[in-house]
Amino acid sequence: MRQVYLDHQSATPLLPEAFEAMRPYFTEFYGNASSLHQHGLRVRDALKKARQQMAALINAESEEEIFFTSDGTESSNLAIKGVAYANERKGKHLVISATEHPSVVNSVEFLEKQGWTCTRVPVDPEGRVDLKALEAALTPQTVLVALHHVNHDIGTIQPVVEAGRICAKAGIPLYVDCEASAGWLPIDVRQFGAALVSFSPHRFYGPKGVGVLYRNKRARIVSILHGGVQEGGRRAGTENIPAIVGAGVAAEVALSTLNERRAHVAVLQERLWKGLSTRIPYIKLNGPVPGPDRSPLNINISTEFIEGEGQLLLCDMNGIAVASGSSCVSKSLKISHVLSAIGLDHALAQGNLILTLGKDNMAEDMDYTVETFVRIVEKLRGMSPMWDEFERGVIDSVIAPRGIGKSFSEHAAAVSGKAAH
Amino acid sequence: MSDTYTLYNPTVMDHFMNPRNMGDLKDADGIGEVGAAACGDIMKISLKIKDGKIEDARFKTFGCGSAIASSSMATELIKGRTIEEAMSFSNQEVVSALGGLPPVKIHCSVLAEEALKAALEDYVKRHPELAERVAAAEPALA
Repeated sequence: MRQVYLDHQSATPLLPEAFEAMRPYFTEFYGNASSLHQHGLRVRDALKKARQQMAALINAESEEEIFFTSDGTESSNLAIKGVAYANERKGKHLVISATEHPSVVNSVEFLEKQGWTCTRVPVDPEGRVDLKALEAALTPQTVLVALHHVNHDIGTIQPVVEAGRICAKAGIPLYVDCEASAGWLPIDVRQFGAALVSFSPHRFYGPKGVGVLYRNKRARIVSILHGGVQEGGRRAGTENIPAIVGAGVAAEVALSTLNERRAHVAVLQERLWKGLSTRIPYIKLNGPVPGPDRSPLNINISTEFIEGEGQLLLCDMNGIAVASGSSCVSKSLKISHVLSAIGLDHALAQGNLILTLGKDNMAEDMDYTVETFVRIVEKLRGMSPMWDEFERGVIDSVIAPRGIGKSFSEHAAAVSGKAAH
Repeated sequence: MSDTYTLYNPTVMDHFMNPRNMGDLKDADGIGEVGAAACGDIMKISLKIKDGKIEDARFKTFGCGSAIASSSMATELIKGRTIEEAMSFSNQEVVSALGGLPPVKIHCSVLAEEALKAALEDYVKRHPELAERVAAAEPALA
């Protein structure tokens, strides 16, 4: 069976050259970077090189602006809580977009329980943040604005440069979560006007267990992990040297191959969406159309009248690895908050699937995925009472309404006694 | 393939991949369609009932793997039972017959129980003379 991995947003395979570079740091160069002897000094050198590789990837002025953390979640926790705590005396107001990653949303919720307030700026139906509302949300007490570069769910590219200008004018630091874009789209922290930027090398063929936080020297931040004085006192804890070394190599390769990788996946993205949209009726692309407003990696679809987990399982049984934002795949039984924020009908959010491309995917993989998915949709629609009711005119389509029958959501509410959230 | 990992146990996967009794029944004697407000899943069960016994059952489900497996298993279990027996059918039977469901998916089996009971209710509505017999078996439905 053909194996097609389409979940690069979750993890990517480690580059062989990164793996090779990491190897001696497990067994031979095992020193602690805080040590003052040869073993320590050697790894300190490796750490500095990796910092330079990270700085180059995002056009940071100096490697001293790079902190290594354990992953993207820690980076966003540090960015948000670190800035909030450091600026407590100035004010306790934060501004984020409605479609941030859970590590941002939940860090903010944690602070809200301690007396901070937060304005969540709405997004348009394609997921783009409302810049006017963002500007209007700023107050003299605002200490941080958080906006992602690319949405982790629907691939929307945010107007970060414009947001950076608004923040600069107001003198408020901007934190840009680049987890879904680093290594794939050009990132220039100076052009973004970003005070903080986070990203994770495991999204671009580096190892897991390491995250990166860029912090402009002018941005005040305090540590949220307390211990030694590693990472300029901003992040206590022994550095994960092998992972950091591998991450550096992955960043260097990503920078030098950025354009070809991007062009490669963009072609596949077009092919995949074209195949799906021409072969399957009642299917919707969530987020902007492939092009300058969308990450070239991401296809986020809703297939009407069927549920996402079933689609995911059948894809997996056919060798295709995908993700879903359906309530059935989440432990909280809630649909993805991004899909809620763009105002997607609950029934469409239920039928959600997320496919993220990578450098090793091929055109044949896209064709196989389309062919397989056509069969999966047929099978699941054959089992779905909603498809049958649609065909009989009892309910209508949300994607292409015929003006016959009630809406899926009305019908679902009628049979379940109340509306699904 | 022994190195295939699955989200659910082999019985659940089998009922999801090869569902039993999927479809509708022509001239069904009772049809129940219910939805889960918690997650948005929808399940429909159709019954053929003769001489107080469930002769045949079919399902259609809009939902996840465990919802499809639960409805498949529920229709298997219910065939051949009398209406009175079916009235006391519990989601626990589905869970045990499936060899267990993840805690977050137990509500899928509850949905199967509800769909079955809605179908029986529909049957009783069409046969008011049975109301008393059924009420004795399952007071909640009366």
